[in-house]
Amino acid sequence: MKMEKAILASVTTQENKVHGSAAVFKCETKEEMEAVAANLEAILDGIAHALSDQLYIIVKH
Amino acid sequence: MNEYTYPIILGILVGTALRVFMLRTDYRQYPTYLHGKIIHLSLGFIAAALGTIAIPSIMEKEFTAVTFLTLAASQFREVRNMERNTLTEMDSYELVPRGNTYIEGIAVAFESRNYLVIFTSFVVTLCYLALNVWVALGAAVICFLLSGMLMSGSKLSDIVTVEEKSISFDGAGLYVDNIYIMNIGLPERQEEILKYGMGFVLTPKEFSVRSTIANLGQRQAILHDVSVTLGVFRDSGTPALVPLIKRDLNDGRIGVFILPQEKDSKRAKEIIEHVPVLENAIQMPSKKGRRKHS
Repeated sequence: MKMEKAILASVTTQENKVHGSAAVFKCETKEEMEAVAANLEAILDGIAHALSDQLYIIVKH
Repeated sequence: MNEYTYPIILGILVGTALRVFMLRTDYRQYPTYLHGKIIHLSLGFIAAALGTIAIPSIMEKEFTAVTFLTLAASQFREVRNMERNTLTEMDSYELVPRGNTYIEGIAVAFESRNYLVIFTSFVVTLCYLALNVWVALGAAVICFLLSGMLMSGSKLSDIVTVEEKSISFDGAGLYVDNIYIMNIGLPERQEEILKYGMGFVLTPKEFSVRSTIANLGQRQAILHDVSVTLGVFRDSGTPALVPLIKRDLNDGRIGVFILPQEKDSKRAKEIIEHVPVLENAIQMPSKKGRRKHS
Protein backbone atom coordinates (compact mmCIF):
# COMPACT_ATOMS: atom_id res chain seq x y z
CA MET A 1 0.00 0.00 0.00
CA LYS A 2 1.30 3.43 -0.87
CA MET A 3 0.87 5.91 1.94
CA GLU A 4 0.13 9.47 1.07
CA LYS A 5 0.28 12.41 3.42
CA ALA A 6 0.87 10.72 6.74
CA ILE A 7 2.46 12.13 9.86
CA LEU A 8 5.35 9.79 10.55
CA ALA A 9 6.61 11.44 13.71
CA SER A 10 6.38 14.61 15.72
CA VAL A 11 9.26 16.35 17.47
CA THR A 12 8.46 18.80 20.21
CA THR A 13 9.77 20.65 23.22
CA GLN A 14 6.30 20.79 24.75
CA GLU A 15 5.10 17.26 25.21
CA ASN A 16 1.61 18.22 26.34
CA LYS A 17 0.92 19.69 22.87
CA VAL A 18 1.06 16.36 21.00
CA HIS A 19 -0.85 13.11 21.32
CA GLY A 20 -1.75 10.30 18.99
CA SER A 21 -0.46 7.26 17.22
CA ALA A 22 2.61 8.78 15.53
CA ALA A 23 5.90 8.59 17.41
CA VAL A 24 6.53 11.63 19.59
CA PHE A 25 10.10 12.75 20.28
CA LYS A 26 10.45 14.95 23.33
CA CYS A 27 13.40 17.34 23.22
CA GLU A 28 14.87 19.71 25.78
CA THR A 29 15.97 22.59 23.58
CA LYS A 30 15.12 24.06 20.21
CA GLU A 31 18.56 23.08 18.85
CA GLU A 32 18.07 19.48 19.90
CA MET A 33 14.63 19.50 18.31
CA GLU A 34 16.08 20.75 15.02
CA ALA A 35 18.83 18.14 15.06
CA VAL A 36 16.37 15.33 15.75
CA ALA A 37 14.00 16.60 13.06
CA ALA A 38 16.84 16.82 10.53
CA ASN A 39 17.88 13.25 11.28
CA LEU A 40 14.33 11.94 11.12
CA GLU A 41 13.77 13.75 7.85
CA ALA A 42 16.70 11.92 6.28
CA ILE A 43 15.84 8.56 7.82
CA LEU A 44 12.12 8.55 7.13
CA ASP A 45 12.31 10.20 3.72
CA GLY A 46 9.76 12.75 4.82
CA ILE A 47 9.70 16.52 5.14
CA ALA A 48 10.07 18.33 8.46
CA HIS A 49 7.32 20.94 8.70
CA ALA A 50 7.23 23.53 11.46
CA LEU A 51 3.81 24.02 13.00
CA SER A 52 5.18 26.36 15.65
CA ASP A 53 8.51 27.09 17.29
CA GLN A 54 7.94 24.22 19.66
CA LEU A 55 6.55 21.62 17.27
CA TYR A 56 7.84 19.93 14.13
CA ILE A 57 6.09 17.13 12.28
CA ILE A 58 7.70 14.75 9.80
CA VAL A 59 5.29 14.18 6.94
CA LYS A 60 5.45 11.64 4.14
CA HIS A 61 4.29 13.24 0.90
CA MET B 1 11.21 -3.15 -63.21
CA ASN B 2 7.85 -1.82 -64.28
CA GLU B 3 6.17 1.57 -64.53
CA TYR B 4 5.65 1.66 -60.75
CA THR B 5 9.24 1.05 -59.67
CA TYR B 6 10.50 4.63 -59.67
CA PRO B 7 7.38 6.17 -58.15
CA ILE B 8 7.50 3.58 -55.35
CA ILE B 9 11.19 4.19 -54.72
CA LEU B 10 10.66 7.94 -54.64
CA GLY B 11 7.65 7.63 -52.31
CA ILE B 12 9.54 5.44 -49.86
CA LEU B 13 12.64 7.64 -49.96
CA VAL B 14 10.71 10.84 -49.34
CA GLY B 15 8.66 9.24 -46.54
CA THR B 16 11.71 7.85 -44.77
CA ALA B 17 13.55 11.15 -45.19
CA LEU B 18 10.59 12.92 -43.59
CA ARG B 19 10.78 10.58 -40.60
CA VAL B 20 14.50 11.36 -40.23
CA PHE B 21 13.69 15.08 -40.45
CA MET B 22 11.13 14.75 -37.66
CA LEU B 23 13.41 12.62 -35.46
CA ARG B 24 15.47 15.10 -33.57
CA THR B 25 17.18 14.50 -30.28
CA ASP B 26 16.87 17.69 -28.32
CA TYR B 27 17.03 18.85 -24.72
CA ARG B 28 14.20 16.51 -23.87
CA GLN B 29 16.82 13.78 -24.22
CA TYR B 30 14.57 11.49 -26.12
CA PRO B 31 15.18 9.33 -28.06
CA THR B 32 18.78 9.50 -27.01
CA TYR B 33 20.19 6.19 -28.07
CA LEU B 34 20.89 4.59 -31.36
CA HIS B 35 18.53 1.68 -30.74
CA GLY B 36 15.60 3.97 -30.02
CA LYS B 37 16.33 5.78 -33.24
CA ILE B 38 16.55 2.58 -35.25
CA ILE B 39 13.12 1.51 -34.03
CA HIS B 40 11.59 4.76 -35.20
CA LEU B 41 13.45 4.83 -38.50
CA SER B 42 12.34 1.26 -39.30
CA LEU B 43 8.76 2.07 -38.45
CA GLY B 44 9.04 5.21 -40.56
CA PHE B 45 10.25 3.09 -43.46
CA ILE B 46 7.31 0.71 -43.05
CA ALA B 47 4.91 3.66 -42.90
CA ALA B 48 6.43 5.12 -46.06
CA ALA B 49 6.11 1.77 -47.86
CA LEU B 50 2.46 1.42 -46.84
CA GLY B 51 1.59 4.91 -48.02
CA THR B 52 3.37 4.39 -51.30
CA ILE B 53 1.94 0.97 -52.17
CA ALA B 54 -1.64 2.22 -51.81
CA ILE B 55 -1.52 4.16 -55.08
CA PRO B 56 -0.31 1.39 -57.46
CA SER B 57 -2.78 -1.03 -55.87
CA ILE B 58 -5.67 1.32 -56.59
CA MET B 59 -4.41 1.77 -60.16
CA GLU B 60 -4.29 -1.98 -60.61
CA LYS B 61 -7.88 -2.13 -59.32
CA GLU B 62 -6.72 -4.11 -56.27
CA PHE B 63 -8.99 -2.22 -53.94
CA THR B 64 -8.73 -4.71 -51.13
CA ALA B 65 -5.06 -3.80 -50.80
CA VAL B 66 -6.14 -0.53 -49.20
CA THR B 67 -7.18 -2.51 -46.14
CA PHE B 68 -3.44 -2.62 -45.47
CA LEU B 69 -3.80 0.91 -44.21
CA THR B 70 -6.06 -0.24 -41.37
CA LEU B 71 -3.31 -2.64 -40.43
CA ALA B 72 -0.95 0.31 -40.38
CA ALA B 73 -3.26 2.23 -38.07
CA SER B 74 -3.28 -0.53 -35.48
CA GLN B 75 0.45 -0.99 -35.90
CA PHE B 76 1.14 2.64 -35.12
CA ARG B 77 -1.24 2.72 -32.20
CA GLU B 78 1.12 0.11 -30.85
CA VAL B 79 3.93 2.64 -31.28
CA ARG B 80 2.08 4.97 -28.96
CA ASN B 81 1.72 2.22 -26.37
CA MET B 82 5.38 1.35 -26.68
CA GLU B 83 6.47 4.95 -26.12
CA ARG B 84 4.08 5.39 -23.24
CA ASN B 85 5.25 2.23 -21.50
CA THR B 86 8.94 2.96 -21.93
CA LEU B 87 8.67 6.54 -20.74
CA THR B 88 6.44 5.66 -17.79
CA GLU B 89 8.89 2.98 -16.71
CA MET B 90 11.80 5.41 -16.91
CA ASP B 91 9.86 8.21 -15.25
CA SER B 92 9.88 6.63 -11.81
CA TYR B 93 13.66 6.90 -11.75
CA GLU B 94 13.85 10.57 -12.66
CA LEU B 95 14.65 13.03 -9.86
CA VAL B 96 12.00 15.31 -11.31
CA PRO B 97 9.57 13.15 -13.31
CA ARG B 98 8.05 14.15 -16.62
CA GLY B 99 4.51 13.42 -15.53
CA ASN B 100 1.85 11.45 -17.37
CA THR B 101 0.50 14.36 -19.39
CA TYR B 102 3.90 15.08 -20.90
CA ILE B 103 4.47 11.39 -21.63
CA GLU B 104 1.10 11.08 -23.30
CA GLY B 105 1.92 14.12 -25.42
CA ILE B 106 5.22 12.59 -26.56
CA ALA B 107 3.56 9.24 -27.30
CA VAL B 108 0.84 10.89 -29.38
CA ALA B 109 3.47 12.85 -31.30
CA PHE B 110 5.32 9.63 -32.16
CA GLU B 111 2.14 8.02 -33.46
CA SER B 112 1.06 11.02 -35.49
CA ARG B 113 4.47 11.38 -37.12
CA ASN B 114 4.02 7.98 -38.73
CA TYR B 115 0.68 9.07 -40.17
CA LEU B 116 2.34 12.16 -41.60
CA VAL B 117 4.87 9.85 -43.26
CA ILE B 118 2.10 7.68 -44.75
CA PHE B 119 0.30 10.76 -46.03
CA THR B 120 3.47 12.21 -47.57
CA SER B 121 4.43 9.00 -49.36
CA PHE B 122 0.86 8.65 -50.60
CA VAL B 123 0.78 12.17 -52.05
CA VAL B 124 4.26 11.96 -53.57
CA THR B 125 3.57 8.65 -55.35
CA LEU B 126 0.19 9.90 -56.52
CA CYS B 127 1.76 13.04 -58.01
CA TYR B 128 4.50 11.00 -59.71
CA LEU B 129 2.07 8.54 -61.29
CA ALA B 130 -0.68 11.00 -62.16
CA LEU B 131 1.56 13.85 -63.33
CA ASN B 132 5.36 13.66 -63.36
CA VAL B 133 8.47 13.47 -61.18
CA TRP B 134 8.87 17.26 -60.84
CA VAL B 135 5.38 17.72 -59.46
CA ALA B 136 6.13 14.83 -57.08
CA LEU B 137 9.27 16.56 -55.84
CA GLY B 138 7.33 19.82 -55.40
CA ALA B 139 4.70 17.93 -53.41
CA ALA B 140 7.48 16.45 -51.26
CA VAL B 141 8.79 19.92 -50.41
CA ILE B 142 5.30 21.14 -49.53
CA CYS B 143 4.76 18.07 -47.33
CA PHE B 144 8.06 18.74 -45.50
CA LEU B 145 7.06 22.34 -44.81
CA LEU B 146 3.57 21.29 -43.73
CA SER B 147 4.92 18.60 -41.39
CA GLY B 148 7.37 21.08 -39.88
CA MET B 149 4.47 23.42 -39.22
CA LEU B 150 2.20 20.71 -37.83
CA MET B 151 4.82 19.30 -35.52
CA SER B 152 5.75 22.55 -33.81
CA GLY B 153 3.17 23.33 -31.17
CA SER B 154 2.97 26.54 -29.22
CA LYS B 155 5.33 27.53 -26.43
CA LEU B 156 4.60 28.89 -22.99
CA SER B 157 5.83 32.35 -24.02
CA ASP B 158 2.83 32.52 -26.37
CA ILE B 159 0.38 32.32 -23.50
CA VAL B 160 2.11 33.68 -20.39
CA THR B 161 4.64 36.30 -19.35
CA VAL B 162 7.51 34.97 -17.27
CA GLU B 163 9.13 37.14 -14.59
CA GLU B 164 11.80 36.30 -12.08
CA LYS B 165 10.69 36.99 -8.51
CA SER B 166 12.50 36.72 -5.22
CA ILE B 167 11.90 33.81 -2.86
CA SER B 168 11.40 34.44 0.83
CA PHE B 169 10.36 32.78 4.07
CA ASP B 170 7.58 33.97 6.31
CA GLY B 171 8.15 31.83 9.39
CA ALA B 172 8.37 28.33 7.94
CA GLY B 173 6.34 29.17 4.84
CA LEU B 174 8.23 29.48 1.55
CA TYR B 175 6.92 32.13 -0.83
CA VAL B 176 7.66 33.03 -4.43
CA ASP B 177 6.59 36.66 -4.68
CA ASN B 178 3.37 36.39 -2.66
CA ILE B 179 2.46 32.83 -3.72
CA TYR B 180 2.73 30.25 -0.96
CA ILE B 181 4.77 27.21 -1.99
CA MET B 182 5.33 24.94 1.02
CA ASN B 183 6.28 24.69 4.67
CA ILE B 184 9.98 24.08 5.31
CA GLY B 185 10.69 23.52 8.99
CA LEU B 186 14.43 23.09 9.35
CA PRO B 187 16.59 26.25 9.36
CA GLU B 188 19.39 24.52 7.44
CA ARG B 189 16.99 23.48 4.67
CA GLN B 190 15.72 27.06 4.56
CA GLU B 191 19.28 28.32 4.11
CA GLU B 192 19.90 25.83 1.29
CA ILE B 193 16.71 26.87 -0.40
CA LEU B 194 17.52 30.57 -0.16
CA LYS B 195 21.01 29.85 -1.50
CA TYR B 196 20.11 27.59 -4.42
CA GLY B 197 16.46 28.29 -5.11
CA MET B 198 15.01 30.55 -7.76
CA GLY B 199 11.50 31.82 -8.21
CA PHE B 200 9.48 32.74 -11.28
CA VAL B 201 5.94 33.94 -11.65
CA LEU B 202 3.96 33.10 -14.78
CA THR B 203 1.14 35.53 -15.47
CA PRO B 204 -1.52 34.37 -17.96
CA LYS B 205 -2.03 36.68 -20.93
CA GLU B 206 -5.73 35.89 -21.22
CA PHE B 207 -8.51 34.19 -19.32
CA SER B 208 -8.56 30.84 -21.16
CA VAL B 209 -4.92 30.27 -20.37
CA ARG B 210 -5.54 30.11 -16.63
CA SER B 211 -6.82 26.55 -16.72
CA THR B 212 -4.07 25.46 -19.11
CA ILE B 213 -1.24 26.52 -16.82
CA ALA B 214 -3.16 25.31 -13.78
CA ASN B 215 -3.07 21.79 -15.25
CA LEU B 216 -0.88 19.64 -13.02
CA GLY B 217 0.67 17.87 -16.02
CA GLN B 218 1.65 21.18 -17.61
CA ARG B 219 3.21 22.32 -14.34
CA GLN B 220 5.18 19.10 -14.02
CA ALA B 221 6.41 19.52 -17.60
CA ILE B 222 7.79 22.97 -16.71
CA LEU B 223 9.62 21.56 -13.68
CA HIS B 224 11.00 18.63 -15.67
CA ASP B 225 12.28 20.74 -18.54
CA VAL B 226 13.99 23.21 -16.21
CA SER B 227 15.54 20.42 -14.13
CA VAL B 228 16.79 18.53 -17.18
CA THR B 229 18.44 21.58 -18.65
CA LEU B 230 19.83 23.33 -15.58
CA GLY B 231 20.31 20.33 -13.32
CA VAL B 232 18.58 19.93 -9.98
CA PHE B 233 19.85 20.41 -6.45
CA ARG B 234 18.35 17.35 -4.83
CA ASP B 235 18.81 13.66 -4.24
CA SER B 236 16.62 10.74 -3.31
CA GLY B 237 15.96 10.97 0.40
CA THR B 238 15.75 14.77 0.43
CA PRO B 239 12.07 15.29 -0.23
CA ALA B 240 12.22 18.81 1.23
CA LEU B 241 14.35 19.92 -1.70
CA VAL B 242 11.76 19.54 -4.37
CA PRO B 243 10.94 22.00 -7.16
CA LEU B 244 7.27 22.94 -6.95
CA ILE B 245 4.67 25.05 -8.68
CA LYS B 246 1.72 26.52 -6.83
CA ARG B 247 -1.12 28.64 -8.01
CA ASP B 248 -2.44 31.98 -6.86
CA LEU B 249 -6.17 31.31 -6.67
CA ASN B 250 -7.07 34.99 -6.92
CA ASP B 251 -5.71 35.73 -10.34
CA GLY B 252 -4.54 32.41 -11.83
CA ARG B 253 -0.83 33.27 -11.77
CA ILE B 254 1.49 30.38 -10.97
CA GLY B 255 4.60 30.57 -8.86
CA VAL B 256 7.46 28.36 -10.02
CA PHE B 257 10.03 27.39 -7.43
CA ILE B 258 13.09 25.62 -8.82
CA LEU B 259 16.40 24.41 -7.44
CA PRO B 260 18.83 24.49 -10.37
CA GLN B 261 22.38 23.28 -10.13
CA GLU B 262 23.39 26.15 -12.33
CA LYS B 263 21.87 29.40 -11.11
CA ASP B 264 21.47 31.31 -14.35
CA SER B 265 18.28 33.33 -14.25
CA LYS B 266 18.38 34.44 -17.87
CA ARG B 267 18.65 30.88 -19.14
CA ALA B 268 16.06 29.58 -16.71
CA LYS B 269 13.63 32.22 -17.95
CA GLU B 270 14.34 31.25 -21.55
CA ILE B 271 13.79 27.57 -20.80
CA ILE B 272 10.46 28.21 -19.08
CA GLU B 273 9.37 30.31 -22.05
CA HIS B 274 10.23 27.46 -24.42
CA VAL B 275 8.38 24.72 -22.55
CA PRO B 276 5.82 23.28 -24.98
CA VAL B 277 2.16 23.89 -24.21
CA LEU B 278 0.90 20.34 -23.80
CA GLU B 279 -1.94 19.40 -26.12
CA ASN B 280 -3.73 17.61 -23.34
CA ALA B 281 -3.56 20.62 -21.04
CA ILE B 282 -5.11 23.08 -23.47
CA GLN B 283 -8.60 24.14 -22.52
CA MET B 284 -10.61 26.87 -24.08
CA PRO B 285 -13.43 27.87 -21.76
CA SER B 286 -13.88 31.19 -23.59
CA LYS B 287 -14.85 29.35 -26.79
CA LYS B 288 -18.09 28.44 -25.12
CA GLY B 289 -20.68 30.93 -26.32
CA ARG B 290 -22.41 32.88 -23.61
CA ARG B 291 -26.07 32.03 -23.36
CA LYS B 292 -28.38 34.91 -24.07
CA HIS B 293 -30.77 35.72 -21.27
CA SER B 294 -34.17 36.66 -22.56
